[in-house]
Amino acid sequence: MMARLTAGVTRRSAIPLALLLAALLAAPWLVNDYLLTMLIIILYFGYAGQAWNIMMGFAGQLSLGHALYLGLGGYVAATLFTRFGIGPWLGFAVAIPVASAAGAIIGFLAFRFRVAGIYFAILTIAFAEFARIGFDNWDYVHASSGLFVPVKQYAHNNPWLLRGDPTMFYYVILGATVLLFVLCHFLVRSRVGYFWLAIREDETAARAAGIDTFRYKMIAVVVSAAMTSFAGVFYAFFYNNLFPEQVFSIFRSVEIILGPIIGGIGTLFGPILGAFVLKGLAEALSSVMTAFGIDLPGVTQVFYGVCLLIVVVALPDGVWPPLARLLGIGRSKP
Amino acid sequence: MPLEVYLNVAIGGVLTGLVYGLMALGLSVIFGVVRVVNFAHGEMMTVAMFLAVVLCTALHVDPLVLLVPIAAVLFVFGYALQRGLINVFITRPEHSQFLLLVALAIIITNTLLIIFGPDARTVETAYGFDSFQFGGIIVDAAKAYAGAAAILFAAALFVFFRFTLIGKAIRAGADNHTGALVVGLDVKRLYALTFGLGAACVGAAGTMMTLLVDATPLLGPSYTLLAFVIVITGGLGSMPGALIGGVLIGLTEALAGLLFTPSAKSMFAFAILVLVLLFRPQGILGKRLA
Repeated sequence: MMARLTAGVTRRSAIPLALLLAALLAAPWLVNDYLLTMLIIILYFGYAGQAWNIMMGFAGQLSLGHALYLGLGGYVAATLFTRFGIGPWLGFAVAIPVASAAGAIIGFLAFRFRVAGIYFAILTIAFAEFARIGFDNWDYVHASSGLFVPVKQYAHNNPWLLRGDPTMFYYVILGATVLLFVLCHFLVRSRVGYFWLAIREDETAARAAGIDTFRYKMIAVVVSAAMTSFAGVFYAFFYNNLFPEQVFSIFRSVEIILGPIIGGIGTLFGPILGAFVLKGLAEALSSVMTAFGIDLPGVTQVFYGVCLLIVVVALPDGVWPPLARLLGIGRSKP
Repeated sequence: MPLEVYLNVAIGGVLTGLVYGLMALGLSVIFGVVRVVNFAHGEMMTVAMFLAVVLCTALHVDPLVLLVPIAAVLFVFGYALQRGLINVFITRPEHSQFLLLVALAIIITNTLLIIFGPDARTVETAYGFDSFQFGGIIVDAAKAYAGAAAILFAAALFVFFRFTLIGKAIRAGADNHTGALVVGLDVKRLYALTFGLGAACVGAAGTMMTLLVDATPLLGPSYTLLAFVIVITGGLGSMPGALIGGVLIGLTEALAGLLFTPSAKSMFAFAILVLVLLFRPQGILGKRLA
């Protein structure tokens, strides 16, 4: 197990990786609550981006509707908790099949009817919009007035109910991000992973080589959807509120994919690095603005847009591949 | 409900749909020739809407007067955009092009938000409350003018592509890129012209749209999606298809708003999109792509 885990990790990259992990583990003692919350948000985006990356980065299927799986995860867990007192981990266990089913339906329709490329992307948006409007009018989940997870003061952190202070949330999302990273590390070196890469590079050739492309694309969608749903569960319990307009919106889908794109699509470190770069820069920008007393809504978004523009124009492969070459670690692309 | 109510709503829907159709026409023309999907389409439309609102209020003129000037401004914007930014991306993968335009869309929406704030803005017109009456059928004057202007603009564009030399050259470039290069056409310039014309459609449609709805910066993404739904329904790359798709979606939205709740109306547009994607992916009037 350990040998397989460290497969592909060179000695040169082992030390920085260990240092990074140690720094992340020690973070709650090193930084204040504000920075810790920042780290939680960064890891949350790193996690969601990694989950999206399974579909786009590995299997080459561009989804612009990942807000759907996020929202479903959040709504399933929050509804079970508020209505029946069922904890978020069991909620996650229910969210997995729900999100997977949604992914499977979209994947089945798209891949059976050969909806591909940009049409596939639009189909995924359409389903997310369906959900947004549907939840906006569904009274059981309080429609557009939003679903709230009750906030109570807890004397102790309760990780089973995901109620507690930022430190607890931090370790939960750190654990999830590391686990997903390891899962992706195995996936991309597995048989399924190689089939995905073959499909990504040339689907016709992959089919000619005897790969059941329909089946492996379906696996990619379902795994990606299931993993994304946890980000939704975490979102619901961290922010304690869910509004269809927010969780299912196209902005949410775009926000999820910014990290991996900036970091590097199809790489393991890309989504996490991208989230750090993006949030770090955004935070720097907002402190500069506060220092100058500027308060304008939308400036951060314009900044995101400009960052995305620069990366797309100047670094089409993202930040990670050139950085990895510079550090002399890893392969730039699996 | 009496039949007149349905008819009134249906006619209103068709007229709105014509403006939708003109907007979608821009998307279709750009895709048909340049083969780039303009993901910032609705955002460009909000730019036109705000131009119309600001100029109408400042100059005390009617939006109909501003139709051509605003279309011209958007033409220049589209031309410059294609020349300066998008041209490099023509040979890049689809998702790369898409991300470029999404970045642009985010920048446009939020720049508008910074300048104008999130509040809705309207245009006051002399005929804002007028209507034409034919028996029991009442047609909003504003909607009638908007629909008529949309048809005229679309017709002008159609004539341009069909009968002028430049129009023919653009179609030649769309049919056979290499062939167009071989006979010595400046394809880059033609692409830029096409993007400009597509943007001009959006400019005209946006100006007309101010007669129908209030302008807010956040309309952008929903209009982008709407334009996609229309163009895919009508057939990506087909000019009449875009107008027919627009009318169909306008009608569907209007009737869904009447029969169900108005907030659920775009759900029906998406339902049509999903059905079209699955059962007739080339659209109503589109040709099947290889």
